[in-house]
Amino acid sequence: MPEFRNVGEVRGLRSAAFGFMVFLYLPIAILILYSFNSGSLVMVWSGFGLNWYAKAFANADIQRAALNSLIVATVATALATVIATLAALVMTRGGPFRGRGASLAMISLPLMVPEIVTAVAMLIVFAGTGLSLGLGNVIIAHVTFCIPFAFMPIRARLEGMDTTLEQASADLYGSDWATFRYVTLPILMPGILAGAMLSFVISLDDFIITMMVAGAGSTTLPVYIYSMIRQGVTPEVNAVSSLLLLASVLLVTLYWLVTRNRDAATA
Amino acid sequence: MIASAQTPALRRFLGLLPALAVIGLFMLVPVAIMALYSFLEANPFGGIVWRFSPEAYVQFLFERDLADNLVFQSGYLIIILRSLGLAVLATILCLIVGFPIAYFIARQPARHRNIWIYLITIPFWTNQLVRTFAWIIILGRNGTIELPFRWLGILGADDTLGLMYTDFAIVIGLIYAFIPIMVLPIYASLEKLDFRLVEASADLYSSTFETFRRVIIPLAKPGIVAGSILVFIPCLGAFIQPDLLGGGKKLMLGSLVQFQFATARNWPFGAAVAMILLAFVVLCLLWYAQAARRAGAQSGALAHA
Amino acid sequence: MERKTAIDVAGVVKRFGHGPAGVVALKDVSLTIRDNEFFTLLGPSGCGKTTLLRILAGFEAVSDGAVSLYGENIAGLPANRRSVNTVFQHYALFPHMTVAENVAYGPQRLRRPAKEIAETVARMLQLVKMEKFAERRPAQLSGGQQQRVALARALAPHPKVLLLDEPLSALDLKLRQAMRAELKQLQRATGITFVFVTHDQEEALSMSDRIAVMSEGEVQQIGTPAEIYEYPANRFVASFIGDANFITAEIDGIIDGVASCRSARGLSFTLAAAPGGKPGDRVTLFLRPEKVRMEAPGDAGLAGRIQTMEYLGQSIFYQVDIGEDAPLIVAGRNRDDGGTPYKTGDRVSLIIGADALRMLAA
Repeated sequence: MPEFRNVGEVRGLRSAAFGFMVFLYLPIAILILYSFNSGSLVMVWSGFGLNWYAKAFANADIQRAALNSLIVATVATALATVIATLAALVMTRGGPFRGRGASLAMISLPLMVPEIVTAVAMLIVFAGTGLSLGLGNVIIAHVTFCIPFAFMPIRARLEGMDTTLEQASADLYGSDWATFRYVTLPILMPGILAGAMLSFVISLDDFIITMMVAGAGSTTLPVYIYSMIRQGVTPEVNAVSSLLLLASVLLVTLYWLVTRNRDAATA
Repeated sequence: MIASAQTPALRRFLGLLPALAVIGLFMLVPVAIMALYSFLEANPFGGIVWRFSPEAYVQFLFERDLADNLVFQSGYLIIILRSLGLAVLATILCLIVGFPIAYFIARQPARHRNIWIYLITIPFWTNQLVRTFAWIIILGRNGTIELPFRWLGILGADDTLGLMYTDFAIVIGLIYAFIPIMVLPIYASLEKLDFRLVEASADLYSSTFETFRRVIIPLAKPGIVAGSILVFIPCLGAFIQPDLLGGGKKLMLGSLVQFQFATARNWPFGAAVAMILLAFVVLCLLWYAQAARRAGAQSGALAHA
Repeated sequence: MERKTAIDVAGVVKRFGHGPAGVVALKDVSLTIRDNEFFTLLGPSGCGKTTLLRILAGFEAVSDGAVSLYGENIAGLPANRRSVNTVFQHYALFPHMTVAENVAYGPQRLRRPAKEIAETVARMLQLVKMEKFAERRPAQLSGGQQQRVALARALAPHPKVLLLDEPLSALDLKLRQAMRAELKQLQRATGITFVFVTHDQEEALSMSDRIAVMSEGEVQQIGTPAEIYEYPANRFVASFIGDANFITAEIDGIIDGVASCRSARGLSFTLAAAPGGKPGDRVTLFLRPEKVRMEAPGDAGLAGRIQTMEYLGQSIFYQVDIGEDAPLIVAGRNRDDGGTPYKTGDRVSLIIGADALRMLAA
């Protein structure tokens, strides 16, 4: 007699899922582990030590690259978030209009074009026009590809928002501006925050486009890490990489908590 | 608010202007210029000469011998085929691994699902370069995988398993980088799936296998198609994985583009390669749009009910 | 008439979750469903009726106890190996298949010959009057049509037992009433045992051969609609089905099975004693509102005064103050002279037939 089975139950799936998690996290764990290697060869363990972190922190080039990364991410995020918020408001509250679909496609363009194509296209423009603003070039590039990442959560939030709230405000003599300022914007804030965090992470992690458009002196952390890997790896690469990973994980976790509370609040 | 901004059309225009201007000026126009460059002559010292020439595209299949005759050469064709092959392989493997994971998560209690999804998205949002670098440590000479073989003495001090700088290493790197974006859309469509349909299928004498084949997979198809495209496109244009794990010897389209611009300084040819890459992407998206329209036509019938 | 047993449920327990957070959905349920019977599981939501149905279908495993189908123990059998089909509450029609494909699904999985399947599909669609819609998709059908397709799909594999999980709840009132007669007729025509789950007492009374009333994971009473309505086993059954008045009283004495009782406020009643009742027991007396006759004040009957009136069209409900804690609810029929001769505040006499008042087991 066959054994009772719950409908749709597949055996071994749980172990497969845990195995998958190992696949996802083991490489990261190994990378971090080796950053504590005190020896100078990454793959030869010579004992625990924080010396490579100390070295990385003392490295002036790393300091400058990290500072560049922060400046670029902060400025690009601020600009992209404002631009994306305006666009999302038009897309969700602007009613139907001609060119709506085309505008939406255009905003999501950076998501669809392969990074390397975007990278060389921007390189051509910057080189062709002689536009050389140093870090400014990098910031312009980052704003461009951060817009859709900021746009998505903001639009989702606006679409999920109960429009009767805005009607209620209008009913209670709120002008368009007052409605936006006192009703829409406060409710939208978690979406804006989420969009800003995503675009910060994306900017912080970008490598290919930055590599192509960054001139000397505007190297960011990922580009610097790439040049370190090319030169031959020491645990210093692991140390810097681990710190970059940590920054991304913290930001994404924050993003997750913000959006999760939003779900809980509307549930 | 400015009085003139009271008209909805003007407001819409002002609201969309920054986004469209930035993306238009720094993305759409550059890509158009690049398309133009691909039909110009290369300046041997880098950059371009403003003269029309199909040379960049001819270069894919032919090279000129000393007498300036066109001679077929397969090098770049092989790179295109390798890119397609590796991207297809990575996409299929992502699908095979990703679907069961997505199904497993969709069947968890709601409060556990969020945590699983969080754990799967985390690596995706971390630096791809760094995550690919981790695989150098694992696959490389003296790497984590070789370690036990060395301890056991199977591998001598000068031997290596030769895992790095292979197509295998590239595919592993691609799967590792992009599998989360396979799992997420499939999960989204499975989570929406009414589980009573699965029960109905079992009630009507279907084995679990038959239920997957006839009910679950057909209904998860939008997620499967979306996930496959989301993985395939970045795999095809990948630069980091072939560069770091293929050692720059196993070129793919993405690394060929980068090589032409950064090292060979043949901009028209680099632009032509980028255009071919873009053409594949457009084909994918058109196919996807058509699939979505067909699905939409089906659900459009819902509205009439 | 002794008929074969279709389903035997013996001592079934179902727990969800473990430890203190766990929930017991079924506490030791036993019942027998006869062959060719229209059997209804009736109860409020959360009473365990759907859980029991899902156990019969094979969607849930039992925590304890045994389930058999025509003598064969099926407790361990997965859903796809049970000759039992289900009509789901929201139909669960496969959205990516046509009506005909939905109906053919079960016979196909049973690897019936193609010709036979085609015949079965045609016959089933005819049975539910949906032959014109064979090529439609479920989303193109109305709720009532989807309901018919769900029936055809579940009947197509010729199950031994058909399970129906509140199939009418998604339909509007008129359609629901029409479907009742049709379902009953379908059951007679096919000769298949129906197990019907509902929280709607009217549905249960109008269609069922027998009803099992459930509450809090237990079967409260099993019987024909008339038995359940006229002789409810306990206060829960009496109040869940139909309207009821309850009067708390104490038995003064019993002579030849006839008890004389006295209420807290001194009203006295004589009625048939419940088995095991003895003088001094506190008991609950139960009275259906429509079994009380209201007359102009007189010597006969119970004196009272109309507190409120509720006009319901077909009938009129009066709340009559008789000096007890709660007013007595009396149902009067709407009459051809235009409703009711009484108005709020009128004094009336209530005539209660000797058989109308019943004593509930404690």
